[in-house]
Amino acid sequence: MATTPHAFETLKLTGLGRSFGGHAALAGLDLTIRAGEFIALLGPSGCGKSTALNCLAGLLPLTHGTITMDEKRIDTLSPEQRGFGMVFQNYALFPHMSVERNIAFGLQMRKVSRSETKRRVTEAIALVKLEAHAKKLPGQLSGGQQQRVAIARAIVLEPSLVLMDEPLSNLDAKLRLDMRTEIRRLHQSLGLTTIYVTHDQEEALSMADRLVVLREGRVQQVGTPEELHTAPVNWHVADFMGYRNLLDVTVTESGAEGVLVSNEDLHIRGTAVGGVTPGGAARLAIRPEDLRIASSEDTGDGLIVAEVAVVEYHGREFSVGATAKSGTTLYVRSELAPQPGDKVRLRVDPARALVFAADLDAAGEPVAQTALAGEAAT
Amino acid sequence: MSARSTAGLRHRLAERGIDRGLLMLLPAVAFTVALFIYPFLYGIGLTVQPTAGMQEKWGGGIWANYIAFFSDPFVFDSVWITLRLALPAALFNVLAAIPVAFKLRGKFRGKRLLTTLLVLPITLGTVLTAQGLLIFAGRQGWLNTFLVQIGVLNEPAQFVNNYLGVFLSLVISGFPFSFLLISSYLSGIDPSLEAAATTLGASWFQRFRRIILPLLAPGLATTFILTFVLAFSVFPSARLVGDPTGSTRVMALMAYRSFGEQIDYPMASTIAIMMGVVELIVIAIVMLWRTTLYRGSTGGKG
Repeated sequence: MATTPHAFETLKLTGLGRSFGGHAALAGLDLTIRAGEFIALLGPSGCGKSTALNCLAGLLPLTHGTITMDEKRIDTLSPEQRGFGMVFQNYALFPHMSVERNIAFGLQMRKVSRSETKRRVTEAIALVKLEAHAKKLPGQLSGGQQQRVAIARAIVLEPSLVLMDEPLSNLDAKLRLDMRTEIRRLHQSLGLTTIYVTHDQEEALSMADRLVVLREGRVQQVGTPEELHTAPVNWHVADFMGYRNLLDVTVTESGAEGVLVSNEDLHIRGTAVGGVTPGGAARLAIRPEDLRIASSEDTGDGLIVAEVAVVEYHGREFSVGATAKSGTTLYVRSELAPQPGDKVRLRVDPARALVFAADLDAAGEPVAQTALAGEAAT
Repeated sequence: MSARSTAGLRHRLAERGIDRGLLMLLPAVAFTVALFIYPFLYGIGLTVQPTAGMQEKWGGGIWANYIAFFSDPFVFDSVWITLRLALPAALFNVLAAIPVAFKLRGKFRGKRLLTTLLVLPITLGTVLTAQGLLIFAGRQGWLNTFLVQIGVLNEPAQFVNNYLGVFLSLVISGFPFSFLLISSYLSGIDPSLEAAATTLGASWFQRFRRIILPLLAPGLATTFILTFVLAFSVFPSARLVGDPTGSTRVMALMAYRSFGEQIDYPMASTIAIMMGVVELIVIAIVMLWRTTLYRGSTGGKG
């Protein structure tokens, strides 16, 4: 199958929203997608990512907003007129049709000639390496093979946009890694524009050009994998991006070289990320790999004292769960395995200890703390 | 050569499903033998013990009843009369239930109420249905009075005491039944299949024709068989709202006539057995067609 010329330059989502009887499953989604991009919609279950995808496909009518492809409004078109390819979580293969007929279905619906259909189906089957299974029914295939059929069925139509709804969540871990590479390969070699829904941050980070993090129907952050990984804008995103240690703290001091935060267990320096005021409640986020067990010579301040509770072997390293004075568990990476019950002292680079505003509105913006700040000043 | 099993005889039998648990089947087997197999065989036995009158009239020794069944046009025509009634009624029930079940499969307000209303006729007996039809659609009934008064008809039409009356009563009792069955078959089809077909560019008709119908067809065949069997053994309504001497002289009525009016128990049994044979032939044809269909998983949870 040849690389398809893009059917559009930009796809623009403006104020996209979908409510179910007063409950907004998705609200105010603004996004401009350039042709050829791989976008991942990322978020916990119920965050509205699948709703967004179904709205894009036209399977769910919008309640707010518009979708425009270049200058043409497409949210008023029916799903069969949009011509997007969609891959479903449960594959949704037609159980009574062979692999070939499944893949040919969309071409037949578009009244493509018989010889052309045959040629394109053969190409698509070769592309997903299922030549040996062309005549089989979906029920006779393994999960990974069914997933390939579903992908072939969607891309054989050379769609302007491919929508994927958690396509790998029903596969086992090893197959998931293989299919990840496979999907990325198809996306690149065919020049597809892909929107990919997942709840797996690792999957999203490794596959996508840009990520959209959603929470409770609202966009929290849009950015490249690197931006999201190193600079999450709020603690929800941080939580999702692997900042496993999320601690409630109070800001005691804020200056040019960062903020000083403290609670019962710690008194350390960190980096403020927007909307943090002295005296206000904040949330400290640290990745397990940024927290280290300090050596016995290290006597500087900013150490967190804890007792080792759990040690898990993770291949090259150990993941250690240590309980601080207040009972909070801190997760740490360590090359050596401490014994449960050992007293340890933990250290973090102030640049890698992010301090976020604790109270966020639905869109993930810090709630104004003027009242609190005023009290602190008096 | 495989190694000889070292397990004991009892163990090996248990692996084939033969163990003391089978004793649990005894009550059911006893019941079936006493209340179904024995009477059934007794009935078949009766058919080959024709009365002297029958033997004299039709000859053929013990087969006189069967010869009578096939040679006496008055008896044999009832096969066609019954089929003419049962086949269209079953077909109508299945075909009419498909769009209704299709339309009602989503979630919406008042679905339970609507389903209850549709299913209500099952709980009414055939006799009550027939009575209702007589009162509602009879010559003096509301329907005729209404149609005459608004000027659609000049004089009351004949809705009951004929073929139409029995057909209507078969629809009233058979439709809810096929609606329920088809609804449950439909709910077994994964809704994402339709969504997938939609994104592939299929219109609602193509989705129905290419995806839903092929997956539903085995269920439709089963539904057809069940409503057909119900309609084929029609008796009360054929008598009450039909034309029992003419167009609705069904086999069940003929069997009853032999038994109740001619006191010819063997001939009544013969007609009853032949009823079963005709039904089996129709069922066999439908089942044969069913084997040509896809019968695997339909993706859903039903």
